Amino acid sequence: MMLYNKVLVGSSWEYCIAMHELSIAYNLVEIADAAARKAGAARVNAVFLRVGVLSGVVTDALLFGYDIAARGTLLEGSRLEIEEVPLTLYCPRCDAVSELPGVGALLCPLCGLPTGDIRRGKELEVISVEIEDETEDS
Amino acid sequence: MKPRILEIRQGVLEKNDALARQLRQRFLDARVFVVNIVSSPGSGKTTFLERTLRELIARGHRVAALVGDLETDNDSQRLRASGAPVRQIRTAGNCHLEAHMVETYLQDLDLSGVEFLFIENVGNLVCPSSYDLGESLRVVMLSVTEGEDKPRKYPPIFNSSDLAVITKIDLAEAVEFDRAAALASIEAVRPGLPVLEVSGKTGQGMEAWIDLLIERRRQFLGEAERLMQR
Repeated sequence: MMLYNKVLVGSSWEYCIAMHELSIAYNLVEIADAAARKAGAARVNAVFLRVGVLSGVVTDALLFGYDIAARGTLLEGSRLEIEEVPLTLYCPRCDAVSELPGVGALLCPLCGLPTGDIRRGKELEVISVEIEDETEDS
Repeated sequence: MKPRILEIRQGVLEKNDALARQLRQRFLDARVFVVNIVSSPGSGKTTFLERTLRELIARGHRVAALVGDLETDNDSQRLRASGAPVRQIRTAGNCHLEAHMVETYLQDLDLSGVEFLFIENVGNLVCPSSYDLGESLRVVMLSVTEGEDKPRKYPPIFNSSDLAVITKIDLAEAVEFDRAAALASIEAVRPGLPVLEVSGKTGQGMEAWIDLLIERRRQFLGEAERLMQR
């Protein structure tokens, strides 16, 4: 609901960002819901997602859109657990892979060489779901 | 019953990516070189594209365009004046184009003989970065009237692009555009990204852009031939 309020009263820019993460949320709910149904689950407790810092997805907005997207599916009321993946670059001069503290400058932290050889940080992947097969005890 | 973990390991946008791969194959088979143009609203995409279509037509090339717009068809009308076939993708509030929209709107666009297809994305530097449209070249535009540090604010789109084009270069002096700062900012988020500077209004830099397109398409055709011979 909050998202809708934000969408209706916010600027077009906020609207757009919310729309983007909402459509991402619908995609991930569809994937998780289909997999859970196929496995015969009665409900989904949690979805584990991996999000790279260069994936273009804002995690706060995604959490926001998730509850809306989950409505009427096996994921309704479940939690979304996001693992943020930092940017990792390969430097040909050092022949080493290093993790970066941010995304503002793609430089090898060891020697300062600019390098576009990204090894991690663009992920946007559903890793797993926690499911329950029966709901008797609830 | 005890909860259990079910492994999935699937890309969230796998559906879009799979369709984009199909489109890419289709474009390769048809020898259509596809350019996806992304920028903020008001950076001069349509003026730039209008001029690009005219100049390619003047050099004897066959071109077509798909234009994404939230609500209006103003842009496609402007582009149609160039004589190129143009289709409007009205996204009805969606802030970016997705592969399925391109597929749908291609149905009534005759691609036979078309050498270049331009896709003007919705004006937005955030969302289009996540969606592959099956293009061969993704171009991100930045006008001199925007902040020089914009690439650092939107790393994913600059990082996922194959070329950056700085537009409205005719206004550079008037707005005290800091060229070195802009280039450093692009280099920081995507080391080695080629950069062109153009004005869709005066035509400055357009020749280098058109030459680049023709050269990239030549490479694309070479690649298509190699794949055919396998």
